[in-house]
Amino acid sequence: MMIEARGLVRTFKTKRGPVQAVQGVDLDVADGEIVGFLGPNGAGKTTTMRMLATLIKPTSGTATVAGCDLAKDPVGVRRGIGYVPQSGSTLPEAVAGDEVVDHARLYGVPKAKAAADGQRLFDELDLPGLWRRQCKTLSGGQRRRLDIVMGLIHDPKLIFLDEPTTGLDPQARANLWEHIRGLRERGATIFLTTHYLDEADALCDRILVIDHGKIVASGSPDNLKQQVSGDAIRLSLADGTQAPSVMKIVQELNGAVEVETDDDVVGFRIQRGGSVLPGLLRSIDAQGIELHGVEVHRPTLDDVFLTVTGRSLRDEDPTAPLEKKEEAVA
Amino acid sequence: MTVLRETWIVFHRAMRLSLRNPMWSILMLSQPLMYLFLFGPLLKPITAQISQGTTTNPYQVFIPGLIVQLGMFGAMFVGFGLIAEYRAGVIEADRVTPASRIALMAGRVLRDVVVLVVQSILLLVAAIPLGLRAPWGGVLLSLVIVALLGATFASLSYSVALITKSEDALAPLLNGIAMPLLLLSGILLPMQIGPTWLQRLSDISPLKHVVNGVRALFRGDIGSSSSLWGLFWVVLLTVVGLAVGARTFRKESA
Repeated sequence: MMIEARGLVRTFKTKRGPVQAVQGVDLDVADGEIVGFLGPNGAGKTTTMRMLATLIKPTSGTATVAGCDLAKDPVGVRRGIGYVPQSGSTLPEAVAGDEVVDHARLYGVPKAKAAADGQRLFDELDLPGLWRRQCKTLSGGQRRRLDIVMGLIHDPKLIFLDEPTTGLDPQARANLWEHIRGLRERGATIFLTTHYLDEADALCDRILVIDHGKIVASGSPDNLKQQVSGDAIRLSLADGTQAPSVMKIVQELNGAVEVETDDDVVGFRIQRGGSVLPGLLRSIDAQGIELHGVEVHRPTLDDVFLTVTGRSLRDEDPTAPLEKKEEAVA
Repeated sequence: MTVLRETWIVFHRAMRLSLRNPMWSILMLSQPLMYLFLFGPLLKPITAQISQGTTTNPYQVFIPGLIVQLGMFGAMFVGFGLIAEYRAGVIEADRVTPASRIALMAGRVLRDVVVLVVQSILLLVAAIPLGLRAPWGGVLLSLVIVALLGATFASLSYSVALITKSEDALAPLLNGIAMPLLLLSGILLPMQIGPTWLQRLSDISPLKHVVNGVRALFRGDIGSSSSLWGLFWVVLLTVVGLAVGARTFRKESA
């Protein structure tokens, strides 16, 4: 196990009394996994990650991270992990290569090796010729990749990425996803937070959904989506008057739920919609009913989030404890 | 010693950044230079009185005060730089490394001390044509005092910066401390010429004793009680300042 956490709790003092940002999180991350922490802003993602990265102390709970006990050997944890914070990790005025080498040297990496490894990482992460550039002259996507170089420079076993693509344009995001997938080939374990469903879906082997400081669902993206009552199928009929006949056929299908009709459209949900469709279409055809179109919608993680929390991930929740508050008191 | 090695790495990085943009250090020096050229001459008519007849050259009295002021004010505002680093995520990035928390502070403080000592030497050189004369031993000891004072105020400034994490809070806080310290230190005019109540009030300020000590060192009275008290206070301030700084860096880094 790369991460094994039990009962992590973090309480922040605020002017209106204590706020429990993380309320008893258990999590396990195996070697080589890419695990995503998905949740709305203020759900406790960053707070949990900062506890695991030794930046703040848990109010209670225990954890082993990269083979070291979080409370007893934080320095050992630090040696084994790379942390790529949301806020960046380099000074705008500093020269990119200098920041990387100095960072590596704080891990005890000799200067020459740090420079060689850093330049190799610049090539790997698509930052050619930027070694001597001032950090502030880099684009948003380049700056984020530079942060990843900073996080990787001491070759950690476990990499934490906090909201890796927030604020990037779509092209830079897609590019960064490629690089994050590439990290797996280095044999590293990756733990990331995101509030983008597509990001969690595209990158993660396993997703932990967190809301109000608690993990409310976990599993592979497909696994989670199956918890939603199946795929949504919509059949558009050439003749709306035939809808009742089609509904009858659909209702006879094993596991069809939420069967509804609206004019010339019949809609329902069913597990593994793709595999029931051929048979269904044959039955409809056998009755001489003509279809205009068929749509199958795989459930999204948004549906998952809606199912487990009762609200959309995009809803801002005003009651959520703001992670910003920790800045003032941590 | 890993702590020393890590301190050196942090110092080296900070120094490189200061040298990349030397304007800031030059601007910091312009303030004491202005005092030197625009305020110093005003002291001439009263020099004999304020120095109790030991000299008629105002700079013998004023320069020791100015280098103490430089040590204090030059270091007092370094916290702003730390807040900029904090906002850029550098402090967080430093903290996830296994490096000693003390080294993260000490390296930066060391940079500030080096900058201050260089500025002080430039200030002293600028005052030589104006008639400043002082014994080598006294000047060297005075530079040590400036260095210690700089380390003290830099550590305190970093602590406050790390706790408040906001320029808006840091600026009024530092100004609120700096003003009374400056006025009660006797840097601009020796407190001896003031009324008794003001003299007693200024006795509370350790900086007044430091300034008196540096003035004595510039006169060559190295073994005098004034200079010994000055040294005593500056060492005490340094111990307190570094302890507070170290504690904050450890605590704020969990």
